[in-house]
Amino acid sequence: MSVAKDPYIELRDVVFSRGERRIFDGLSLQIPKGKVTAIMGPSGTGKTTLLRLIGGQLKPEAGTVMVAGESVPDLGRKALYRLREKMGMLFQSGALFTDLSVFENVAFPIRVHTRLPDDMIRDIVLMKLEAVGLRGARDLMPAQLSGGMTRRAALARSIALDPELIMYDEPFAGQDPIAMGVVVKLIRDLNASMGLTSVLVSHDVPESLSICHYACIVSGGRIIGDGTPEELQNHPSDEVQQFLKGRPDGPVPFHFPSVDAAADWGIAGPGQYGDGQ
Amino acid sequence: MAQKTADLTVGLFMVAGVAALLFLALQVSGLTPKSSEDSYTLYAKFNDAGGLTPRAKVSMAGVTIGSIRDITLDRETFQALVAIAVDGSVDNIPADSAAVIRTSGLLGEQYIDVSVGGDMESLADGDTFYTTQSAMNLERLISNFASGQ
Amino acid sequence: MINRIVVFGRHGREMIESVGRAGQFLFGALAGVPDPRVGFPLLVRQIYSVGVLSLAIIVVSGLFIGMVLGLQGYTILSDYGSEAAIGQMIALTLVRELGPVVTALLFAGRAGSALTAEIGLMKATEQLSSMEMMGVDPLRRVIAPRFWAGFLSVPVLAAIFSVVGIWGGMLVGVEWLGVFEGSYWGNMQSSVSFTTDVLNGVVKSVVFGFVCTWIAVYQGYDCVPTSAGISSATTKTVVFSSLAVLGLDFVLTAVMFGDF
Ligand SMILES: Nc1ncnc2c1ncn2[C@@H]1O[C@H](COP(=O)(O)OP(=O)(O)OP(=O)(O)O)[C@@H](O)[C@H]1O
Ligand SMILES: [Mg+2]
Repeated sequence: MSVAKDPYIELRDVVFSRGERRIFDGLSLQIPKGKVTAIMGPSGTGKTTLLRLIGGQLKPEAGTVMVAGESVPDLGRKALYRLREKMGMLFQSGALFTDLSVFENVAFPIRVHTRLPDDMIRDIVLMKLEAVGLRGARDLMPAQLSGGMTRRAALARSIALDPELIMYDEPFAGQDPIAMGVVVKLIRDLNASMGLTSVLVSHDVPESLSICHYACIVSGGRIIGDGTPEELQNHPSDEVQQFLKGRPDGPVPFHFPSVDAAADWGIAGPGQYGDGQ
Repeated sequence: MAQKTADLTVGLFMVAGVAALLFLALQVSGLTPKSSEDSYTLYAKFNDAGGLTPRAKVSMAGVTIGSIRDITLDRETFQALVAIAVDGSVDNIPADSAAVIRTSGLLGEQYIDVSVGGDMESLADGDTFYTTQSAMNLERLISNFASGQ
Repeated sequence: MINRIVVFGRHGREMIESVGRAGQFLFGALAGVPDPRVGFPLLVRQIYSVGVLSLAIIVVSGLFIGMVLGLQGYTILSDYGSEAAIGQMIALTLVRELGPVVTALLFAGRAGSALTAEIGLMKATEQLSSMEMMGVDPLRRVIAPRFWAGFLSVPVLAAIFSVVGIWGGMLVGVEWLGVFEGSYWGNMQSSVSFTTDVLNGVVKSVVFGFVCTWIAVYQGYDCVPTSAGISSATTKTVVFSSLAVLGLDFVLTAVMFGDF
């Protein structure tokens, strides 16, 4: 466990299943306040699910999820929505409102939660769009944006209200090297200048390790390794080394859980389907 | 400005709805804005109310002057007691006028026609028609005719 | 045999459950007083897309249905020499039945399906989720204005439908077939009652508006967030709305105009 003195988010012994499949089985994790924490792990292990648990969109079957000292699953509707006003979340798909322009998308959370005059909202929105390099695209509709632009516009929207906690789900996916550099710098600057607590979900190991203070790797429903980037680089576990180096063979499964391959292809073997013919 | 045109068309839309409802009330159902308090009640007793129904019209010289409020049985005379709501503006029906049940067309609805008398006095609220003529009963008419009476 | 009964029972239970969930959903959307400064523009925008944009189909259908009623009514009534009663027949048919029912059916096809598809797509593209994470309740922000818009629009559309139909009937009966205009209106006025006919028709259209919009927004919100899920939810909206309207119409007619 990372030795966080002041955890902003704390998950303890969280159990969560999707149907029959157990996604988390006793996962514990602490995310320190005012730091960038990277969560890495193979595709489909439940990183997005983890963010949804933190945001209160999903409830764990067992265990506790504490955010800013409050137990998220136990919050009533009102309290939950009040807590969420302090959070920003960048969705993996961007999730821009398709009937609003880029400008209005970024302005949306400001308009809903504050009573600022229009010219002030305009200034804030343009500032946020400038930060992601999309000031010129303010009048475009989301359908007119490319994948990477969509994600950057969504990033601008999630930081519009200067939240205390911001969760980025794959902010680097689909960005060219320059845009990637901009986003990396933005995440670091936001954290440095405003002391945001940032949670960064990503597959991009070098980028993530270059900006995070702490990192943890999730696989198979639990944390297989965590610590500062240096600690992870020198982590003794094979699993961690395999993931960081991106080697195809090793203890970390690449395939979605399934029956034996030989059985699926109908080659005689000990599989469930093999004895039919 | 897009919001403004939306506001405008939605406003017009709602106005059109209210106008349509007003049209249904005034032109289609013939509801007059006159309040129902502005009417007084007269009574008429018939030996046979026939197919007369509440809400049927009451007319004089072919002009509607009121409607039937309700029809009950007078337990003493065993006649039909019909309460008629007459428009307040028609306040000079001569006291010796007669209430006659008629049928609009051959098979249409039945209504009450007030045939005007010549008295100087007028009927007032709560008064009863002195002369009435019951519904013409087609069957009875035919059987009377057949038996040669 | 037993199995059939079990299956039947399960379907029944699932149906009751889903009605319960739909009720909870509606309560969640409508509970609480919205801030009029925010809610009003949203409502206006939705009335525009749900009501105003449905006006064309309502007017055209009303016109044609009124004209057909005029033609059919004339041929039947003139056999009895009472073609003057055509106004009464057209008005009663439209105000009591066809106005509310046909409007609701057209509304379900034109606006209800669009509502379902829109909300379903918002769900599939995580717009509703992201709204939740921004601390905005999509039930209040997205569902409530759409529901109120549909609920308010249907009675307005139904009233317009009836008026246009009556006018269309006059066009055929009076202008074309030569019924005397005075008896067209006169017969109508003496037989159509404001309280029992017009107001009951309005009550019907209010009930239909409520049910159709409810079904539409719930199907959208509850759909499986995939293309197939959205398309099946849209179909369900139209089918369920139509069945609900026809069934409720029978019940309401029995209660309002039946002799018991
Ligand atoms: N709505 C859902 N219903 C059922 N199963 C789901 C649902 N959403 C996700 N899952 C399952 O939960 C698991 C974790 O999903 P999640 O989206 O959290 O993965 P992830 O770690 O974010 O993957 P990626 O890096 O590819 O985004 C997946 O195996 C997926 O099959
Ligand atoms: Mg994910």
